[in-house]
Amino acid sequence: MNLALTEEQEMLRKTSRDFLTEKCSKKFLKQMEECETGYSKDLWQEMAELGWMGLAFPGKYGGGDMSFLDLAVLLEEMGRACLPGPFFSSVVLGGLSILDIGNEEQKQEYLPELIRGERILTLALTEPGYHNYDASSVTAEATRDDSNYVISGTKLFVPDAHIADYLLCVARTKPRNGITVFLTDAKSPGTKCTVLKTIAGDKLCEVVFDQVPVPKANILGRLNQGWSAVQKTIQRAAVGKCCEMVGNIQRVLEMTVDYAKERKQFDHPIGSFQVIQHYCADMATDVDGARFSTYKAAWMLSEGLPCTKEVAIAKAWMGGACQRVFALAHQIHGAIGVTIEHDLHYYTRRAKAAELTFGDVDFYREIMAREMGL
Amino acid sequence: MDFSFTEEQGKFRQGVRDFLEEEIKKGYWEPACDAWVQGFNPEFTKRVAQRGWIGLTWPREYGGQGRSHIDRLILTEEMLRYGAPAACHWFGDRQVGGAILSFGSEELKKEFLPRIVKGEAYFGLGMSEPGTGSDLASLQTRAVEDGDYYVINGQKTWTSCASFSEYFDIYARTDPEAPRHRGISEFIVDAKSRGVSRIPMIDITGTEAWNDVFFDNVRVHKRYLVGEKNRGFYQVLHQLDYERSGMERLMGNYPLFEAIIRFAKENGLSRDLVTRNKLAQLQIEFEVGRLLIYRVALVMEEGRAPNWESSMSKVYCTEFEKRLACVAMEILGPYGQLKWGSKFVPLRGMALHSYLGSKGYSLQAGTTEILKNIVALRRLGLSSS
Repeated sequence: MNLALTEEQEMLRKTSRDFLTEKCSKKFLKQMEECETGYSKDLWQEMAELGWMGLAFPGKYGGGDMSFLDLAVLLEEMGRACLPGPFFSSVVLGGLSILDIGNEEQKQEYLPELIRGERILTLALTEPGYHNYDASSVTAEATRDDSNYVISGTKLFVPDAHIADYLLCVARTKPRNGITVFLTDAKSPGTKCTVLKTIAGDKLCEVVFDQVPVPKANILGRLNQGWSAVQKTIQRAAVGKCCEMVGNIQRVLEMTVDYAKERKQFDHPIGSFQVIQHYCADMATDVDGARFSTYKAAWMLSEGLPCTKEVAIAKAWMGGACQRVFALAHQIHGAIGVTIEHDLHYYTRRAKAAELTFGDVDFYREIMAREMGL
Repeated sequence: MDFSFTEEQGKFRQGVRDFLEEEIKKGYWEPACDAWVQGFNPEFTKRVAQRGWIGLTWPREYGGQGRSHIDRLILTEEMLRYGAPAACHWFGDRQVGGAILSFGSEELKKEFLPRIVKGEAYFGLGMSEPGTGSDLASLQTRAVEDGDYYVINGQKTWTSCASFSEYFDIYARTDPEAPRHRGISEFIVDAKSRGVSRIPMIDITGTEAWNDVFFDNVRVHKRYLVGEKNRGFYQVLHQLDYERSGMERLMGNYPLFEAIIRFAKENGLSRDLVTRNKLAQLQIEFEVGRLLIYRVALVMEEGRAPNWESSMSKVYCTEFEKRLACVAMEILGPYGQLKWGSKFVPLRGMALHSYLGSKGYSLQAGTTEILKNIVALRRLGLSSS
């Protein structure tokens, strides 16, 4: 057992932190939230040149041959910086799923472009009325039409669909009523995308598929039996979100402690008062618990070990930990923390969005209950 | 990063489990909550010692095995999982032996460590006093030099395992003129010494959990001074880091955890959404606590004394133990109030015992409040006003 990062991972952490500190200022965040696309093409290209998109992909597709655990380190730094844009969608939701279940031809076609920063991917899974991540709530239909399929239905909370080139669309295939993952061209006629206004200012979309034709060759993985691959994607996404949140709340802890050291009342820094100290200690405990449970799940995923239970622990813990951490962070920051003049709100808003996506606390508690044989 | 155990560690864990299951099968003892501090069983301690499982991490020259802190954590984790009666050797193994190893003279090491390892020297602690709890540096017990001896007068309290203790590791003021942190020294006192007396204290569960221990002109030879004179306060901080570090802070009432899960399954209660949710949440919290404690062992493995790390894990874990007891009582409903021995009592009265007993977990070895201070000061760099 060893909880330390490798030298290589430490270096990745340092270089990515330095890069993001320089490039991802709060002013930039504000611009990205306000602008239509929600990301900067220049920054996107720079990230690709740094090898970030390809980090966890095999070298033969232009990737860096590193592991999911290495990617976890990078995701933590992105969470720490509140990095906006389609990295998570393209790499964690799109690219790694293609790597998992795509055939060689598909991998050759999509992965090198993604890795070079030339293509944006995302996952169209959830739907209106969809709450639990189970197969039965997928209602978008793909109907066989000669050698092609025609997709109709509405997907909701699809991240970055408005700028995506391809969507991994999870649909119910007729006539067999199974679940199949399709790679669809996001710009194809019949695909209509509307950006929603969200708490995090990220770009979650409604995507309406109206008779969208998809060639059979664009089936990703197995026809009618795609759900297990989707589950794996959900699992990986949940852990990926946890990694981002570790970076987020770690930074919030640091900001809060710094503020408590500086802010004076009654002639003393408020951080010298025990009640504030105890709040900070509680935050640190939640952050450390989140870090270890998240990295344990990330390590197991990375090693290819079964980790249903560990993912449930990480994401369920993270949800509760975020709620507690932000309640205290705001309490300690006082009124300035609830204004847009202070940076804290960027973290607060993103943490809530992350908590709600890819399974919330109740969802994973139920998975845990099943794992316990209850 | 690697969250796995080595094959050797896995075998060791299995060996401990096999031993404990065999013990239970032979009817030597029944698994119980808090058995690490209330289960006095000299024969069990002897059998554990025969396997070399006391002083596991200590150097071989003193009878130890020179094994890793992860191994020791595996060992104690299994002892706690099975609710094994390990109280006779727990304090010597966990902290007094380590204190002697860190600060004691060669003579003291040779006198005590091999005997602790053999399960032949049981220790109690003498830190708190009637007027001295969290503010340990305010202690009033005096030790006055008299030739080759110190003469000790005073009263210690909350001493666990005191009835069985053969020795006390105590802290007494040796320089009343010095600043209070710099006038305290550590001594090993033979419990049979003239002038030592004990009065049992009954805890809220009805168990003899502690003793008041009185020292009336107790003469202790100077060779039983541990470490440097007047450095005792710094030594006790070090020792407390170890006292707080272990799995007993998370798993003291583990037998109840297993029992209430089984009870919920067998009675169909686990189909109830609220109950499922509560038990699953406990399991999640348990696993997080376990990681916080393994982090502490890894700190020790690096050769550092765990400091804020063990404070953090103890705060977290003792709160978990309290929640576990509360959830168990909620699930049992009115049956939870039945005491051991009563008609209809479920789970051998463990829930009631733990519900009451767990109120003390977050007080002993540093209150939650003191430990949060430590995290704030040492981990986060906040300073007191």
